[in-house]
Amino acid sequence: MSPREAWLTLGLALGACAADAQDFGAPVAPAELARYAAIPPSGVGLPNGRGEVERGRAVYADKCAACHGENLQGVAETGGVALIGGRGTLASAKPLKTVESYWPYATTLFDYVRRAMPMNAPGSLTDDEVYAVSAYILASGHVIAPDAALDENTLPKVEMPNRYGFYRDPRPK
Amino acid sequence: MSSKEPGREAAPEACACREGMFPRQALSRRSLLFAAGSAALPVRTAAADSTGRYEVADDPTKEPGRAIGADGGYGARSQFETAARLVPPGANPYTATSLTPLAALTGNLTPSGLHYERHHAGVPTIDPARHSLVVHGLVDQAKRFTMADIRRMPSVTRKHFIECSGNTASEWARPKGKTVQLTHGLLSTSEWTGVPFSFFARQVGLKAEGAWVLAEGADGAVMTRSIPLDKMMRDALIVYGQNGEAIRPEQGYPLRLVLPGYEGNTHIKWLQSLQVSETPFMSREETSKYTDLMADGRAWQFVFEMDAKSVITFPSGDMRLPGPGFYEIRGLAWSGRGRVTRVEVSVDGGKSWAPAEFEGAPEPICTVRFKLPWTWDGKPAVLTSRCQDETGYIQPTRQSLVAERGLNAYYHYNGVQCWGVGPDGSVANVAA
Repeated sequence: MSPREAWLTLGLALGACAADAQDFGAPVAPAELARYAAIPPSGVGLPNGRGEVERGRAVYADKCAACHGENLQGVAETGGVALIGGRGTLASAKPLKTVESYWPYATTLFDYVRRAMPMNAPGSLTDDEVYAVSAYILASGHVIAPDAALDENTLPKVEMPNRYGFYRDPRPK
Repeated sequence: MSSKEPGREAAPEACACREGMFPRQALSRRSLLFAAGSAALPVRTAAADSTGRYEVADDPTKEPGRAIGADGGYGARSQFETAARLVPPGANPYTATSLTPLAALTGNLTPSGLHYERHHAGVPTIDPARHSLVVHGLVDQAKRFTMADIRRMPSVTRKHFIECSGNTASEWARPKGKTVQLTHGLLSTSEWTGVPFSFFARQVGLKAEGAWVLAEGADGAVMTRSIPLDKMMRDALIVYGQNGEAIRPEQGYPLRLVLPGYEGNTHIKWLQSLQVSETPFMSREETSKYTDLMADGRAWQFVFEMDAKSVITFPSGDMRLPGPGFYEIRGLAWSGRGRVTRVEVSVDGGKSWAPAEFEGAPEPICTVRFKLPWTWDGKPAVLTSRCQDETGYIQPTRQSLVAERGLNAYYHYNGVQCWGVGPDGSVANVAA
């Protein structure tokens, strides 16, 4: 085989490799993707369901208070952070970053509680319980009314106190 | 293997080099032979006690050592070596960190068992046969990739550091950490092996409107971070190998994301899902946690790159120099924005500087070890280092960082670190 022929053969082999590279992985049906649902600020992907503050109070007492405290104030010994309080402290020498004072989106609270809480049994709450406990935390922080209920339509509309407290990393300066 | 090789025909069954082909039979046969020999010629042979330690011979040249294979086939370091990760006291062991003992390391790579840790719900035990990665969202065809699929793909191997954005956060207000493990131990460097994300992108086909990718882990935190798609396409790796073997459970076994130069928490471990989207998801980690609070009460968000940084690891905090004389000052320098191009060392607290020597050529987005010979005259000294990267950026002082960001930022502290040497040789964390 001449050098030119050899190069042509190699080129054909590489071309075949590039075509074969398309065959990795198996198609996934949309139903299988439900378990990877993450909730953006738009609320797209929120499940059907509904939860009232009062129902959330019971869920909180049962599932959350042991680590986050009776009054959502946080418990140093468990590492459960404070969930409410701290408004007006972010520019002080002792900023208290909580759902009430710092979190910019209510959808983030729903998404996080649903995927990762409670710590000892993540992902174990029903969607109604997640709506309810989110409502309880937000009502306790005076973000929504004490008799409010949250569902897939109202949750994304909640205006968080620190909604505009963030901006993109300005580095490199 | 051909039986016609020279020296093989005479007694092929007696040749130890054949045993590799039949490991189980060979091992048992050798054990029998050795046992027979022991019975005929009683010799003291090394055996581990219940804690795995071996008796130390008075003269190791006068008796055989331990039998080959006595380690079960996966070796351990010497029983005299004790460097370990340190878990700072904290409330919750499932959301804690462990720190790399930088002062005990040689060279540039971190042994896998000493790689720093930061977990959000402990370390899951995952069977690779049941693990897969799903790539979905704004793609032409959502696909699931098994570990077997991923190991079959064209692979790359690259050395990169990973640094937690909280590394050195103790030092914002004043010198605090007693040792370099406490001040800088959330930094480790590995050789990573895996597949570029861009290869996966070709398998699923990206839709034009995609701009972000949400990476999700399979741990109890089901941790998520939104990553810019241009970063994912530029150099993101889906890795299964670390320092020549499978990545450790603490590092995401069987699969993790590596985003060269980005803050550690974005390198999602136990990676199970990549979802392409138009906008970021604003997950808990990228809103309430890994954001940098400025003095005015507003916060930087999506603070990804780890800026250039260096630290002297020898001599460093809590050490004691035995007396005046020669020492080799040693340390590490790194940048999340490219290669380190220059490290300077001062022994007078920054009044004068000398260029340090690199150990090997600096690689992009990787640590490099630097060193400088120094003869200590026995008088108080303040050792410090500063580095520059290929963008021209120079590692700042603590004062300039505080002037820019205040004292509430917590993350991304990369100020120069000073170690004071006292007249008695003691080394302590001091201000410049």
